[in-house]
Amino acid sequence: MTIATISQYSSYNTKVARSRATSEDAWVRWSLIAITLAFLSLFLFIPLAAVFTEALRKGFDTYIAALVDPDALSSIKLTLIAAAIAVPLNLVFGIAAAWAIAKFEFKGKSILITLIDLPFAVSPVIAGLIYVLIFGLQGWFGSWLSDHDYKVIFALPGIVLATIFVTFPFVARELIPLMQAQGKEEEEAGLVLGASGWQILWRITLPNIKWGLLYGVILTNARAMGEFGAVSVVSGHIRGLTNTMPLHVEILYNEYNYAAAFAVASLLALLALVTLALKSFIEWQLSHSASINESARNASSTEKLSEE
Amino acid sequence: MSIEIRNVRKNFGSFSALNDVSLDVPSGELVALLGPSGCGKTTLLRIIAGLETPDSGSIHFHGADATERNVRDRQVGFVFQHYALFRHMTVFENVAFGLRVRPKKTRPTEAEIHGRVHALLQLVQLDWLADRYPPQLSGGQRQRIALARALAVEPKVLLLDEPFGALDAKVRKELRRWLRRLHDELHITSIFVTHDQEEALEVADRVVVINKGKIEQIGTPQDVYDHPVSPFVYQFLGNVNQFKSHVHHGEARIGDVGLKLDAHHETQNSPALAYVRPHDIDIQKQRNGVAPAFEAVVSYIHAIGPIVRLELQRAGDTELIEAELTSERFRELALMEGEHVFIYPRNVRVFLQEHGG
Repeated sequence: MTIATISQYSSYNTKVARSRATSEDAWVRWSLIAITLAFLSLFLFIPLAAVFTEALRKGFDTYIAALVDPDALSSIKLTLIAAAIAVPLNLVFGIAAAWAIAKFEFKGKSILITLIDLPFAVSPVIAGLIYVLIFGLQGWFGSWLSDHDYKVIFALPGIVLATIFVTFPFVARELIPLMQAQGKEEEEAGLVLGASGWQILWRITLPNIKWGLLYGVILTNARAMGEFGAVSVVSGHIRGLTNTMPLHVEILYNEYNYAAAFAVASLLALLALVTLALKSFIEWQLSHSASINESARNASSTEKLSEE
Repeated sequence: MSIEIRNVRKNFGSFSALNDVSLDVPSGELVALLGPSGCGKTTLLRIIAGLETPDSGSIHFHGADATERNVRDRQVGFVFQHYALFRHMTVFENVAFGLRVRPKKTRPTEAEIHGRVHALLQLVQLDWLADRYPPQLSGGQRQRIALARALAVEPKVLLLDEPFGALDAKVRKELRRWLRRLHDELHITSIFVTHDQEEALEVADRVVVINKGKIEQIGTPQDVYDHPVSPFVYQFLGNVNQFKSHVHHGEARIGDVGLKLDAHHETQNSPALAYVRPHDIDIQKQRNGVAPAFEAVVSYIHAIGPIVRLELQRAGDTELIEAELTSERFRELALMEGEHVFIYPRNVRVFLQEHGG
């Protein structure tokens, strides 16, 4: 009852705020919208449509056949495994880093924040090369690894490492501003009330950041599955063994097998669409809970009304 | 439970938040830590709670050293300035939190928790809000829920950080009377931090005035208001007029007026600051015999309400003098702006300035 009152109240407010006095002329608005739409069509909608048309050009049976091909299946499996390892690890790392940065004061904090952003600044190919230099046959640990029969480069561990490297900023970046804005008073309140650190994490901190966390995880996942450059360097392109989906697409394309290439690519495109849908749902959730917080402050006067 | 604070120091980098603070809070008392923002009062409160550790010194609860004791073992209730209610929990769950996080052995049953939470919500008169979420409450309601939550764990000490700071003036007045009554019912040792002297003087049994990390004065509200021990306390508690003066053989000279003092008879020509409260000033239209008086011009009259506030320009000085008259006295005098009058200070307090500082 109260929530309904409040959201009506706030939507009423936004309508009033968007009055004629503060907005541009109609032609300005329409030309801005037209430019945006033209840009989006050229760079997003047409390519997206092209992926699906090319994938289905030779019929639905070819499309399915391209997906159930053993090499395609193995690339899908490898992609899923790499993401399944990289995403939870980055989830834990992201929470730990954001917690440390948002709730504690220590020397070198700004350096840590810069380091977290490093994967955004470094070309993915370089990221892959770093791991080749460290773990490759000619690398620092190469001889030790081959003596003990561990394979990192041109195998799953290398792919996972490269994926983790390129995706680790997402969760932390999402959480740091959120946790900074929330401050540490609630955690302190929990502490004074006798909660242990673990209870505070599970009962106070995580519930407060759950939407931001989910948002970060979805971005991490999308990037982990779609990563090409870094993985390409460490994978070795062994068909059916070390090819992830993006690499598989490239191989098929280079073999002029367009229908199959686009079929696998369509899966990645679908993943992107699902990600977008989830992302906007979560954004809506985030802003919704924020706006309840906001308008509830003004709503104390309407409280008596909703009491019945 | 009594609290003793012994020689506590705390620095944040090069900033000294608390400088050798010692304080005794007897069991069952309601004490106000009063001072301007940044004076260290909140730091002291957080040190008592265990949310900060002192650089040196110690905290004793009921005679036992609690300096190293963990926050969650101190049995304190803490009400945060911005309430810090758990925003994703209902009011009921907020109050129940302290009971639910107890280890299994000491945790009450669900029925006991239910009974206890509702009893507390009735105590703060907000039982009907049990299923709401904190963002749906008004400031005053949140404050009372925060208090109920702190009381749920049956603390031995209640600590409140600017408990009324974020509320509007009317709610503030209601709530502080309510807090006073609640304290009289529960008799739990309580310390609250405030920068509002009116609040401290009205609510507390004892007021601790803090400035720049040091305690300036400890005493009952009456005590600190009537007998301030330093210029800071004098200025901080209520309005005051300050005069530069020289004290010589028990007389303070302000400009060419000499005021007889009860003290400082031995003092020789020492610079001093003299203070007069606005309500300790009488105004006459004619010079009244030999009593020392300042000549002044009425520059501003604010005559709304039972107290009339005047601003006066003293002859030969640029600073304004503030005076407060009852409206009866004001009508009697029939003062106008721009009128020449004589100011008679009734009660002057003088603090000698050491080395002209």
